[in-house]
Amino acid sequence: MTEPDLLILGAGPAGICAALAAREAGLETVVVDANPAPGGQVYRAAPASFRIHDHNPDRRNGERLRTALAGSGAVVASGHTVWSVGRDLRVDAVGPDGPVHWRPRALVVAAGTSERVVPFPGWTLPGVMGLAAATILLKSQAMLPGRRTVVAGCGPLLAAVAHGILKAGGEVAAVVDLASRRDWAVRLPALAARPGDLARGLGWRLRTTLARVPWRYRHGVRRAMREGDALTVEIGPVDGDGAPLDGPTTTLRADALVVGHGLTPATEVLRLLGARHEYRREAGGWVPVLDADQRTSVAGLYAAGDGCGVMGAAAAQQAGWLAGFTAARDLGRLAPDRYRLWTAPHRHRLARMRRAGRAMAGLLALRPGQVAAIPADTVVCRCEEITRTEIEAALACGVRDVNTLKSWTRCGMGPCQGRMCGETVAALVATRAGSRERAGIWTARVPLRPVDLAALTGEYEYADIGIPEAAPL
Amino acid sequence: MSFPHDIAVLGAGVMGASTALFLARGGMDCALVDRAGICREASGVNAGTLTLNMTRAALIPYALKGWAMWTDPGPWLGSDPGVTATDGLSLAFTDQEVALLEARAEARRARGADIRLLDGAAARRIEPGLSERVLKAAHCPMDGHVTAYLTGRAYRQALVDAGATLYEAMEVTDIHRRDGLFHLETPDGPLRARRLVLASGVWLETMLGWLGVDIPIKTLVNQLIITERLPPVMRGVISVANGLLSLKQFANGTVLIGGGWQGHGDRDSRDTALIPDNLIGNVRLARHAIPALGGTRVVRAWAGFEAETADALPLVGPVPGVPDAHVIGSIHSGYTSGPYFGKLLAQQLLGETPELPLDDFHPARLLPARSTVSEVSP
Repeated sequence: MTEPDLLILGAGPAGICAALAAREAGLETVVVDANPAPGGQVYRAAPASFRIHDHNPDRRNGERLRTALAGSGAVVASGHTVWSVGRDLRVDAVGPDGPVHWRPRALVVAAGTSERVVPFPGWTLPGVMGLAAATILLKSQAMLPGRRTVVAGCGPLLAAVAHGILKAGGEVAAVVDLASRRDWAVRLPALAARPGDLARGLGWRLRTTLARVPWRYRHGVRRAMREGDALTVEIGPVDGDGAPLDGPTTTLRADALVVGHGLTPATEVLRLLGARHEYRREAGGWVPVLDADQRTSVAGLYAAGDGCGVMGAAAAQQAGWLAGFTAARDLGRLAPDRYRLWTAPHRHRLARMRRAGRAMAGLLALRPGQVAAIPADTVVCRCEEITRTEIEAALACGVRDVNTLKSWTRCGMGPCQGRMCGETVAALVATRAGSRERAGIWTARVPLRPVDLAALTGEYEYADIGIPEAAPL
Repeated sequence: MSFPHDIAVLGAGVMGASTALFLARGGMDCALVDRAGICREASGVNAGTLTLNMTRAALIPYALKGWAMWTDPGPWLGSDPGVTATDGLSLAFTDQEVALLEARAEARRARGADIRLLDGAAARRIEPGLSERVLKAAHCPMDGHVTAYLTGRAYRQALVDAGATLYEAMEVTDIHRRDGLFHLETPDGPLRARRLVLASGVWLETMLGWLGVDIPIKTLVNQLIITERLPPVMRGVISVANGLLSLKQFANGTVLIGGGWQGHGDRDSRDTALIPDNLIGNVRLARHAIPALGGTRVVRAWAGFEAETADALPLVGPVPGVPDAHVIGSIHSGYTSGPYFGKLLAQQLLGETPELPLDDFHPARLLPARSTVSEVSP
């Protein structure tokens, strides 16, 4: 099926539900995802060779979604890295059997998020990794980040990862939380819409207390240092904006530090196709402008899930259903009355879950005070090893937008394609440009992920290249 | 309203920025105006190749001068935008390409380029990573590259030091001539100047149109591809007989693959999109020349606009029928020759005789046949 009705990018909760909706409406549907199995990050599958004894709600939800997808009749292309999406919606990918492409009539982007880490001295050391990255280790490989781990950053992943480490037999030196007790307390009413998740989160929190793990509210990591196998992590008090406050610092000893400062929607495909975006700090950054039915500003292009603003896996599923039905309707495959009937329950649930999701997303938003406090000689772009000093020098020479900064400093030109440093760089440029809107956003480029050159070319003869006619002499 | 500038240069690519730089150094009160920043369009995103192997034969004398400027940037640009002087090889893989290579090398040699033909083994002594499939190569010891994305930074500092007035992020929407002055209309009000240089690349057609002059400019949408850093796999600049490849490895280990494979683009919306099959073709040709590229990853690809006139020769000189207005653009292989053409135009505008003649590039040759100068009114 190279010309399906609908192609869905991403097989997380939003993408899977979009596929289920599209199949209910009878659309020929292809789902493409880079991971070995569907599920995305929250519902990540363990390798097929693993025997699972831990049937927690995420595993159960993941299995339920995977089973539904497998029985839906959608074509699932796991293990495929999409490297190009064209204005004609042509999708090019590299898979286990080489390069492939599809030409769908409509496209749903359910690309999820990238983890954000605001740099501090030592953030690039071995043994320091992302908070969301640690969940991948724990969920897919049942691996601990270290024997004794400092868990730092913000948001619900703090408790989830601390609990996961304890449960797997590891030690947690401390949880270092940018938020205050009050920041959490004011969000509890909104979370009542998701009683199961709330109970689970409180359970994780309780488990850390029972294990006598110190939970340091309104604290941040000042720096990490490594001596042999040992990691020392200096933490200190911060204000509500993440800026360090005067006050006693504490040095923690560990062999691993997992740290994450929130999630940023992965909007590369949407921006590549020219969809309109707006900056919403509380939603995680730049997000596509959507109508009430998950349409972007580009005809035939839909988006769902955390890639359009962080709201969590539960809301993502409802948005996925809505996007799938809307695509079917716009393709003329779902009658208006049926569309209203089929989408109504999902709209209702989405509205309810959105409140809970947004309450959590607020804890995950970028704190500009934290960025402003990055020390001068700290590396900001780790691929190209560009320090804050070098960025400030370019700003002093007149740079006022992120793309000029990229040219002048090489920030964002490395293999991570600017995903690691993008948010920090934009926040730094915004201090001179006046706003994030003026600072702009990296221009989206292909390949959407680094792609093996040999996989792109495949096996070929010189005559296969198809060289255009000669340039003038 | 402020005092009018002596001269306004519209478009801050390499050609406009060079012209403005030499005008400011010549003592003129020069304004340089751009919708974005310095070298942010074609001049910031092109391959930065300083080659004679891909230069049109008629432009070789100018490219030699341009090459000399780039490879010694201190005296005129002040800082080094990552310039590397190295060998250049243009390759032939088939007998047909050997014939093309020989003819083209001969034409370029006749205009002063030191280009010699080598067999495959001799070419591999210069470039050990070269494919065994190379039959012949045209070797030129004068080749090299500039890091295009760094040129804006270098030019900006030079322009500030020279006393040019920079109007960045200023979009000009129309030009009127009143009372012997050009009024460049912008959202912030008009900018006035006694003389005008249009240096706006693919947007020259539109801007010449504002002055009532009809010269078609073709827009090429050239794709470029860069790899991640990898250990050295090549040392020079590689091209092919028909011109459809430019390949080089920078000091940081990344390899840039270009050569003018086309993407989609619309100059009015400034929107570009890559054509995947053309990206694959370009990469295949590169890997055919340097097989070790098969072991790396492509990190980024993009496209930039190149302006081309009907005869694919430069547009440099007075705008027909519009006193005090000049134009510079569409210089084929413009990166190599661009700074030198800017210097020549500045010499002309400062009342000097240009070091090399600009007569062959007079815009009047490109006016539609039915049009005469007297019909053109500003």
